[in-house]
Amino acid sequence: MSVKYLKETASQTAGPYVHIGLAPHQAGFDIFQNNFDNNMVSATTRGAQIIIEGRVFDGSGSLVRDALIEAWQANADGRYNHPGDRQETGSVDPNFRGWGRACTDFETGLYRFYTVKPGPVAGRAGKVQAPHISLWIVARGINMGLNTRIYFADEEKANEADPILRGIELKKRRDTLIAKPSHKDGKTIYTFDIVLQGDNETVFFDV
Amino acid sequence: MNDLVSHAPPAFVKEGGNPYPELFRRDYASQSPAYAPIYKTSVLRSPRNALLSIDHSVSETTGPMFGQNELGMLDNDLILNYAKDGEAIGPRIIVHGYILDENGRGLPNTLVEFWQANAGGRYRHKNDTYLAPIDPNFGGCGRTLTDENGYYYFRTIRPGAYPWRNYVNSWRPAHIHFSLFGNAFAQRLITQMYFEGDPLIKVCPIIKTIPDEEAIQRLIAPLDLNASVPDDTMAYRFDMVLRGRRSTLFENRLEGN
Ligand SMILES: [Fe+2]
Repeated sequence: MSVKYLKETASQTAGPYVHIGLAPHQAGFDIFQNNFDNNMVSATTRGAQIIIEGRVFDGSGSLVRDALIEAWQANADGRYNHPGDRQETGSVDPNFRGWGRACTDFETGLYRFYTVKPGPVAGRAGKVQAPHISLWIVARGINMGLNTRIYFADEEKANEADPILRGIELKKRRDTLIAKPSHKDGKTIYTFDIVLQGDNETVFFDV
Repeated sequence: MNDLVSHAPPAFVKEGGNPYPELFRRDYASQSPAYAPIYKTSVLRSPRNALLSIDHSVSETTGPMFGQNELGMLDNDLILNYAKDGEAIGPRIIVHGYILDENGRGLPNTLVEFWQANAGGRYRHKNDTYLAPIDPNFGGCGRTLTDENGYYYFRTIRPGAYPWRNYVNSWRPAHIHFSLFGNAFAQRLITQMYFEGDPLIKVCPIIKTIPDEEAIQRLIAPLDLNASVPDDTMAYRFDMVLRGRRSTLFENRLEGN
């Protein structure tokens, strides 16, 4: 007799109408008093405020205009707002949950997060992880949410030491995880496109 | 067979003096492959490279938390939460059950979100053009937090089946979409609940992407007469399971490590 555990429920696609449940304003109606959205910060959140922006492409190079993307990240100190984070440096920011939800636009295909740049986070075995944001992507045609990470091009040194980036041999593949900064109207925007399939396919993780 | 489920002891891997509460590795044998040509949209939206397996760090073992103060009083009542001049039309049902982890433990205070078509199979969504009418008193979405035992419930109407363009004449079985958080970002899951006895389940390409018949059966909610309200509302029972951990956060704390 084998050891018995329950089995994880089978994932099913979020479908074309995922917005109804998770982002009703994008579906075209207003129902909840409090909506979860892509603004992860308030005026009092500590750290450098940034914008993450990008598009999602399918295997034919077409825009995926019905994707929903969630972000999970540490604060500017590198701390997660969760009791499971027992790092000893820095502190939790009560004004930063570290989570947001964005949709690609039905016309332009653009998604956007308003957040702060995360600090470096402890990795395993005493290693340090470069600043990063974890992403989870669902859409019609995606049977199980895809996991990836955003790293930052201006963190070159930290990126070189990052245990996950180091584990990706091909530079071309590694580069799919690195967002490039630009500046507009005094704001810092990091561009992070996600390619579901094909030549510049984003590295996705089995987490 | 006994009904007791096993659970793993705290991890022996220590990080900074603490047991490291990593999640069990995902069992892909009961999950749909990304590329599943019977579900045509998956063909161009599935990665061709193998997923890169990564060890869990605090980035994977933590996740967002939500509070009751973020939800409205009617968020778990789809019969009333969009009612304008009457109640939503359709068979009145309660959907209830537990959100468990693979160790069989209830996951407390976790956000559960759900959305569905109306009784005619029409979604309140700007991209849905099916000819069945919108119900002016039905929004089609809701959310709730599990209680301290991982239990959740909500009230709604039974959704209708609807056509979609996979093959000509493809119809989705009646279903409710669910979004679950658990307490770690690596537990994040979206799934769909089906109704016992629906003949469309057997011919649905989206369901058929799941390679494991038992995993499919677990997505089908049975009628639960014990939980029904006589002369008022039928009930369906739907439990869901998220990935387990080597030990819970709270146990680690009690160990004082
Ligand atoms: Fe649906």
